Amino acid sequence: MAELLDRIQERALQLNVLLNLHIDLTYRCNERCIHCYLDHDSSDELTLADLERVFAQARGLGTLFLTLSGGEPMVRRDFFPILRSACAHGFAVKLKTNGTMIREPESEAFADLGVHQVQISVYSDNPGTHDRITKLPGSFRRSMEAITLLRNHGIPVVIADPLMRANIADYAKVQKLAEELGVAFTFDPTITPMINGNIDLSDQRITRTALQKLYSDPNLVGDPAEFCRPASAPDDLHENVPCSAGHNAAYIAPDGSVTPCVQFPYSCGNVRDESLSNIWRRSPHMLEVRSIRLKDLHTCSSCDLLGGCTRCPGLAFMQGDLRGPSSIDCEKSEVRFSRVPSSSLVQISMGGQL
Amino acid sequence: MNDPYIARNTRLGACTLGGEAIIVTPADSHLYSLNSVATCIWEAANGQSRVSQIVEERICAEFDVDHETALSDALAFVADFSGKGLLMTAEQPFDPAHVAQPFPETPNG
Repeated sequence: MAELLDRIQERALQLNVLLNLHIDLTYRCNERCIHCYLDHDSSDELTLADLERVFAQARGLGTLFLTLSGGEPMVRRDFFPILRSACAHGFAVKLKTNGTMIREPESEAFADLGVHQVQISVYSDNPGTHDRITKLPGSFRRSMEAITLLRNHGIPVVIADPLMRANIADYAKVQKLAEELGVAFTFDPTITPMINGNIDLSDQRITRTALQKLYSDPNLVGDPAEFCRPASAPDDLHENVPCSAGHNAAYIAPDGSVTPCVQFPYSCGNVRDESLSNIWRRSPHMLEVRSIRLKDLHTCSSCDLLGGCTRCPGLAFMQGDLRGPSSIDCEKSEVRFSRVPSSSLVQISMGGQL
Repeated sequence: MNDPYIARNTRLGACTLGGEAIIVTPADSHLYSLNSVATCIWEAANGQSRVSQIVEERICAEFDVDHETALSDALAFVADFSGKGLLMTAEQPFDPAHVAQPFPETPNG
């Protein structure tokens, strides 16, 4: 299954087929998470008619995996007509939501429409910690109720646990909670700068010590020795691409602007002004991103950690250089690939408060 | 049903990629990749054609195979996929309002 998915993604990348499309329907949200990278003013959103046109164009471009997100996408009054249209176009629809607006009728509707996956963020097993992060009292209870309802309707649910200083101590308990609920679990230690470039959120990032603990936790990474073993660089730096963004994936913001990825604010056009097909195939910025190979990364191409690095070109772009390194990912790779004395790893793996 | 009308299940995610149909099922997220003959049947499963008609007009026209062999293989494929809930079968044509949208041409990127 995973091998087939990898093969399909690789094939789409080779053919430049827009297999993966992410659309934020709105930046409005009923939560105010302390780590959120969005500006919640969202006054100029694509209409249902705009989105139906985009769906038809995306289908013509070969899109299979469609992620609908926000903000909180369910705050839109026309959310269900949008979702219904997306499902009718034959996409495998994944929904990212905080779940607080999901009750029995919504769960039933998701099942009827054939929503493929719902991802809900859970920050802690402790309601107080979760609600302090979302700044919405009662949000933990409502998100958990939604997870249970969705699961009971047979809809695959993923609990996403963005890790920051405010909740790093709780990740193992959230993982256990997901296990008890019978749903998948994923975590992400990356707190990105705000979409407007403001880097204030960096205060929320977990420490290197905490990151070391994550990377030495077998419950998260499998065999830590294997996970932290440096990989050799790809044989052909001329042909390998740094990331799938712009190659088989793209993002559309609520106002219709198209970028290679939600985390890569390099504007390639707007679906209100021209077709998604035209932007995907002819936008100079999209073509520029698509032309970049590993050999073009002036610093990273000679880095001995390149092989296993998860460098994000969007974060590099936000740091000011499309072909430069992303310091967040440099740090992650340095921590992951034995730039830390082994004795410290042993101490860290013995646990304790972070 | 010896020779049913067939239609794609509307609740699936699907596309064609490099001439292969890719199908994702909801609930269990199972992924299927079809070969060129199966893709041809899948794309033609619009609820308005019987399997034999698809075999005659599409399979035998595009592939070097005799009608009897192609029909036998196609019916086995349809039985397998209808059993998995990926294809719907009926004795009568499906209501066009309740079948999946036309399958787009394979994109070139």
